[in-house]
Order: sequence, then C-alpha cells, then structure tokens
Amino acid sequence: MSDITKQSLTQLVENIKNKKLSSTDVTKAFIDRSEKSEKLNAYITNDFTSALDKAKKFDQKPNLDLKLPGIPMAVKDLFCTKDIKTTAGSKILNNFVPTYESTVTENIWNEGAILLGKLNCDEFAMGSSNETSFFGNVQSPIDKNLVPGGSSGGSASAVAGQLTPVTIGTDTGGSIRQPASFTGIVGLKPTYGSCSRYGIVAFASSLDQAGPMAQNVKDCALLHEVISSYDPKDSTSIDFKRNHYSKELTNNIKGKKIGIPKEYRVDGMPKEIEDLWQKGIQYIKDCGAETIDISLPNTSYALPTYYIVAPAEASSNLARYDGVKYGFRAKGENLIDMYEKTRSEGFGAEVQRRIMIGTYVLSSGYYDAYYLKAQKVRKLIKNDFDEAYKKVDAILTPSTPSSAFKIGEKTNDPVSMYLNDIFTVPVNLAGLPGISIPAGHDAKGYPLGLQIIGKAFDEQNILNIAYAMEEKINFKNKITDWWIK
Amino acid sequence: MSKKDSEYLINRKDNQYEVVIGLEVHAQVLSESKLFSTSATKFGAEPNTQVSLVDAAFPGMLPVINEFCVKQAIKTGIGLNAKINKRSVFDRKNYFYADLPQGYQISQFKDPIVGEGKVILDMPNGQKEVGIERLHLEQDAGKSIHDLDPQNTFVDLNRSGVALMEIVSKPDLRSPDEVNAYIKKLRSIMRYLGTCDGNMQEGSLRADVNVSVRPKDSKEFGTRCEIKNVNSIKFMQMAIEYEANRQVDLIEEGKTIDQETRLFDTKKNETRSMRSKEDAHDYRYFPDPDLLPLEVSEKFIEELKKDIPELPDDKKKRFIEEFKLSSYEANILVSDIDTAKYFEEVVAKMGKNKDIKLAVNWITGELFAVLNSKGLEISESPVSAKNFAILINLIKNGTISGKIAKTVFELMIDGDKDPQKIVEEKGLKQQSDPKALEALIDKIINDNREKAIEYKQGKEKLFGFFVGQAMKASGGKANPQLINEILKKKL
Repeated sequence: MSDITKQSLTQLVENIKNKKLSSTDVTKAFIDRSEKSEKLNAYITNDFTSALDKAKKFDQKPNLDLKLPGIPMAVKDLFCTKDIKTTAGSKILNNFVPTYESTVTENIWNEGAILLGKLNCDEFAMGSSNETSFFGNVQSPIDKNLVPGGSSGGSASAVAGQLTPVTIGTDTGGSIRQPASFTGIVGLKPTYGSCSRYGIVAFASSLDQAGPMAQNVKDCALLHEVISSYDPKDSTSIDFKRNHYSKELTNNIKGKKIGIPKEYRVDGMPKEIEDLWQKGIQYIKDCGAETIDISLPNTSYALPTYYIVAPAEASSNLARYDGVKYGFRAKGENLIDMYEKTRSEGFGAEVQRRIMIGTYVLSSGYYDAYYLKAQKVRKLIKNDFDEAYKKVDAILTPSTPSSAFKIGEKTNDPVSMYLNDIFTVPVNLAGLPGISIPAGHDAKGYPLGLQIIGKAFDEQNILNIAYAMEEKINFKNKITDWWIK
Repeated sequence: MSKKDSEYLINRKDNQYEVVIGLEVHAQVLSESKLFSTSATKFGAEPNTQVSLVDAAFPGMLPVINEFCVKQAIKTGIGLNAKINKRSVFDRKNYFYADLPQGYQISQFKDPIVGEGKVILDMPNGQKEVGIERLHLEQDAGKSIHDLDPQNTFVDLNRSGVALMEIVSKPDLRSPDEVNAYIKKLRSIMRYLGTCDGNMQEGSLRADVNVSVRPKDSKEFGTRCEIKNVNSIKFMQMAIEYEANRQVDLIEEGKTIDQETRLFDTKKNETRSMRSKEDAHDYRYFPDPDLLPLEVSEKFIEELKKDIPELPDDKKKRFIEEFKLSSYEANILVSDIDTAKYFEEVVAKMGKNKDIKLAVNWITGELFAVLNSKGLEISESPVSAKNFAILINLIKNGTISGKIAKTVFELMIDGDKDPQKIVEEKGLKQQSDPKALEALIDKIINDNREKAIEYKQGKEKLFGFFVGQAMKASGGKANPQLINEILKKKL
C-alpha cells in the first residue's frame, strides 16, 4: 500500500483494527517517507529502529481495543521522553536524555501509539517560524524556503508532509495554531488545565498547553481525547468531566451563535485574510448557525501583554539551565563565569532576548509598571471573552494576519515576527480553547486558516463547529512532494 | 554596659544607647517529605540520596504542595496566636546559585500563610510580649561543600526543597537575653506542636538577626544591619553584642551606619560586611505560575485547632493553679515539652497521697544533675517516670529518708531499677519503729552521760551530736523526724 501515509489517523486506526494493515506496514511507510524527507529537517532525533521493533512486537500480540493501536507518531521535542534525547530545540539541552516521560506522551503510548522520533521546534518554543532552533530551520512542505510557522514547526511540517499521521505540539501564544494555519492542517490549543504540563519543557507556565495537530478535525478530536487527562502531578491541571471528543463529534451546529469580533480587523491586514474571514462567516451560516457581531475591546493590548507575561515566566523557568546539573556546560574561571559562558553559548539569540525582557519586567522598580499591569490587562482580556460568551457559543477569527513567509524574511525584525501571534495570543491569555482549521489559499497558493475560539472546557463545541465547517470548506492541501529524494 | 533595672543599654561617655533587634527565624517543618516533592527529609543521609527530579529541577518537573506542611505551618500560626490567612500565594524568589537547582526559591512574599501574632516571654523582671509580623512557607536550598576538593565545589541536594517556616518577629527585642528567651520560647511552642524539632545542631532552627541602635528614649529606629544565618543562641547573642557596639562606635565617631547584610565570624567573634544595600539581590519576586494560590477553608483551620495540644503558657498556668507551684518552678517544668511530660507522668504515677513539691525538687535537683552529667535529654532519662514516682512516694511515706533516697536513686540509674526492690534488697528501709529507736537512743544517752548533762545545762548545740550518733548507730536508716522527737523527750 503505497498510499499509507496519505491516510488519515482515523483510516489507519480502522485499517489496523480490521487487520487490513499491520502496525509494521504503517510504521514502515512513515519511516520510509520520513527518511526521504531529510530536506524538511522536521526531525531532531529519530527513533526509527526501535519504532519498527515496537511495531513488530505490537503485531505479534495486537491489542485492538486501544485508541491508537500500533500507530506510529513523532512528537515535538519539547515533550520529555524516557531514554530518548529531549532538546527543546536548544544547544543547552543537546545532550539531555530524560529518565521520565511526560504525562501527555505517556497517555499516547498507553493507547498503543509508537514513538517515531522527536520533531524540530523553535528553541524553548520561542519563535513563530522555527528559525530559532539550534538544529536549523524546518522547511514547509508547502513550498521551498517557506517557513512552516512556529514554534511547533517541525510538527506542522511532519503532519502536512505526511511524515507522521498526527502529532502533538505545544501552544503558548499560537505555537500550534499558527503553524497549523501555515501548513494547511488542523491544530487545537486546549483549555488551560486540560492537558498536563508534567514533563513538558516549560516556556511560560501560565500559558503553555499541549495539543493535537492533524490532517483533519476528526483525527484531532481523537488525539485530543487521548492526551487530555487530569494529572495530580500538575497543580494547574483541572479535574473536569472530559468528553469522548471523537465519538461525540457532530457536524450538526444548527442554532449555534458564533461571534465575529470587530477588533480582529487589524490595520494593514491583507485583503485575502478579510475575504477568507467573510467566507468563513458564510460557511457558518451554511451550516445553519448564526453569526453575531461582538466586541472584544481589549484585544489590541493582548500582544504587548503577552510579550511581558511570557518572557517574565520564561526568564525564571529557564534559570535552571545553568550548566550545574545537566545539559551543556561551558568551562569557566569560577561559578559566575561558568554561568555566563554556559548561558551565552547554550542559548540562542531569541531566547536570550526574551530572558532579558523577562528579567527587566520583573526587576524591582519596573515590576508594577510592566508585570503587574500586564496581569491586570490579562484579566480584562479574559473579562472581554466572558462578556462575549454571554451572547455567543464560540468566536470565529482568522488564525494569522498573513500566510506563511519566506525563511529569513522576518529574522531581523522581531516585532513583525511577534505580530504573527496577534490573533492567537488572546486565547492563551484567557486560558481558552482555540482551533485552527485550513480554510483556503492565498494568491501564492499558500494555506490560510480560520480560528474558532471556545468557552473554557468547551472543546467539544469548537471541534463540532470545525467539523461542520471542514465539510463545507472541503480544503485540499497542495503538497507536491518537492523535497522527496 | 549597664544593667540597671534589667535594661540592656550601651554606654559611651554621656550617651546611652538602646539596641533594637528583630529576628527572622528559619524553622524546618517537621515532615517526612519535602514541601513540593515526596523525597525524604532525614538528617544525615548520604549526600544526594534524598533528591527527586523535582528537587533537582529537571526540565518539565512541577511542584505539588505537600498538604501536611501546610497543616504544620497553620498549627504553628495558631500556637503563635496569629492570624491564619485563608488565601496565600507562593512566589518565586529568583537568584542563581549552584545549590539552588531551580534558579529560584519558592517562597511566600506578599501573601504569607500566617499573619500577625505574638509570643509572651518570661523575663526576670516580668513578662514581655514580642510581636510576630508573619510566618511563611518556603523551600530550603541545597548545600555547597567547598572544602572537599581544592578545585571543585560539591553540591548536596538532600536539603533542596525541604520545607521551612520563616517566622519574622517585629523589632521588639531589646537585649541578647530577650533574644535567648524568644528563641527558646519559639522552640518550645513548636516542639509542643510537633511542627519543628528545634534541633539547632542539625540546622532545624537558624536565624537572620536584624540589629540597630538608637539613643535611649528615642522613638525612631536606627539603620539596621542584618546578620545572616546564625545557628546557635550563643552566637546570636555574641553577634548582637558585637554588632550593637560596632554601630554605637560608628555613631560616636560621627559616622553613619550603612544598611547591609553581614556575616558573623564565630572564630573571630565579629561581624563583617557580606554585601551592601547597593549590591542587594534583585530577587524579581512574582507569583509562581506552576502553583495556584493556596486556599484553606475555615473548617480546615477549625479542624487543626482541635489538634492543638496544651501549649507552654497554658500549661504553666495550670501547673501553678493545680499543683501550687511557683512561677519559677512552673517555667522550668513547661519550657521543654519532654520535661513537662515527664513531670506529669510522675504526678500521675504517684497516686493519691502525693507530694508534688518534693517531686519537683527531685526532678529539678537530682534528675537534672544526672541528665546533665551524662549529657542526656529527659526523654532519654535512665530513670523512668514510674520508678521516679515510686521513689518520691517512698520518701513521702517515710519508708526511706531523703538521704537514703539519694543512695537509692544512684542505684536506680543503672538499668532503671525499681526503688522498692533496692530498698528491700539492701535493707535500706527507714527505722520508724518508736520502741526500737527509743532503745537505741537510751543506749546512746547512757554511753554519753556527760554530754547529756551538758545539754541539759544549756549547751543546746549538742542536740545535733545526739542526732548524728543515733543516725550513725542506725546505719543512716533511722527516721530523722522520730529521732528528733524521741531525743527531745528523753533529753
């Protein structure tokens, strides 16, 4: 079966359950394609040999009751994986092999999935183009020298390029949804507290969430069902009743009220984004749902707020990478010298920039003006959503203000890079779930995404809306296999 | 230095200075596991054997609050008559050091778990109230060991993440003696509560000492210096003496005192500057996003209140009322929970016809002397409370004299022997048979006729001679009271 890698997760699970395919067939197919895809640079570490062993073992005694029976899967290299190098895209963790497994990946393996390898990402998930990775750029399968987005760039490329059936990423300010949008796939950022953060290399603790990335909404729902769990090892994990998201998935969204926030019509937004949004509104209506104009008045403060809160937390979270206990260590004359050299050589420019911003906004004398104020604004942003959700069930916006850009295009302009997250960061600040689905192409033929934002813990609802819209949109990703050897 | 009216003042020429002291006591929470991890907290374990992935700050590891430590902190707050805050927040205190794996210490900055409270000290010239500013929970750091290797520093993370209570006093202390009393009182309260073992040798209790001086009768505080991490009461007192005099000397010379952090050098008996205010760390405190605010209900606090044992102040009051003890005696007995326990057990075992004063005298006299000489705690006493009570009863009911009791007590020490048996086996029972004693005394008077006559003629001093002879003749076993009575009659 040469088209194994073109199959959706749902199809693969069905074919393995019906014994039309073995785990070995499937695993082999994805390994073969991954091996031919070196140009994408999607992997940091592969574990192909042992993946194949595990697949064979699975086939000897297949447990077909599992949700991901013998399904091979590569994951973002931000998830700690037992005995497999975990780098977070950084030189400072280049030699780090965890002795433990993140809860989210543990959930995946417990349902029968098999680790293919660890996917490239921006260093410590700080970036919107996957250009900050110590392990080099990731190419987008969409076009040569196009960024796949970030920080889950390797994950997006791997799913769009069919190197893995589905994957998981992490999303602190848009790191799942923006690359999903750039590569024509589906990406869900769950409600804060839905997926455990235990064992995920931390970027900004109050914003980080793991989430699924997939070819379609149904696959996304299935994977989300597997990874979302209450975890006492994460104090911010929330014990709420989780749905059987894939089973309960329906395209019936008749009567749903979808909010259209006027503040997301930003200055200088390309016309094709506006057109896409209008098309989205039409799809919603075609599905029998209603759209309502709403206001989220503090939207314009979201980006500056995010770029205070996230670096502040990061500056503290990354203090542990000091060369003392694990990871990279540079030789120094004394302790301070060792710290300085280790962190100067071990961290890349973007990470250093954010550590400096974070250190600055937390320092005494600036704390009130920056960090404290940002926390207050964050509350206002959350209140905006609470207010809106009195009137609507979900909110529709574009995922990003533009389509994917070329590698190197924004490297020297961090602010324009940060603007990529303008539609995604409010969702993280408010702790809400948001999903990006592919909804069309721009003039260059690059994918464009729409974002559906839900109420807290209401993943089922936005998955349903996405599912219904997906049917109407009937998006086809234009993958030419340009990179295949 | 003058100690008029127990006031501690520093004198220079015409000026007198008052010393103002505030303490930040770090008390290790008595708990099997750490504040945010399940690692053990045993003292003296092999280096790095009580370290979890959380304690060593591995990537992706997250803190989870240990509820027991929260309960311990609240109980301590109740013991300090303090306000318990139903909502408190854990903050990160950021700084780099090799034995601080996270690069920050999780502590409580703006919203501590315990607010204002007070502690009563018994000073020679009366009671003194010391205000408690706050108590908060925080993690301990690991230990850097610099002297194992000339080139390298070794790090032991066993302490990393161990729960500490930082108890901050108001600047209410005025002398080294008050500091001594304050630390002992805190230690006593926490040992009663079982929230801290108070073992200063093992570092379970240490303090940062804030010292300033001001002219006597001044209302304004002087500039303070903080002496970091002093781990014995004696060193605290020495450090305060040195530091207060240093500050007074500066003022007398017309110089100003710099607000700074100082270290106490125990070998040279002096404090020296560690870092000035300008070099002070900017800890960049902010709420730890890995932890939700700590919220406790009224019910939770009420349940803990039920667990609070009788504390030293109440116990003292009761001892004075119930056992008619003096304030001084009661203080000695209640200050250490184990002494109080021993005493109360002795009282219980003595039964109905008991002599509590006698028991107190024997505990604070003979027993303390033995414990002192053997370097033992009262919890390790070689004489059990049960046998001790029997001994006191033997004295009380006249079976043995106080003098013989001392002999018996010495024999009891080896193997916690039953004093009753010792008395029987060694035939130490007091002779209280009046007839036998009369015969014995008759013989002595007969043998010493001349002295008897002298006595009758007014040489009353000789009475002691006859008592001595009688005791000697009885082998020390005669009931001295009876001897007295019979002698008076016969002479």
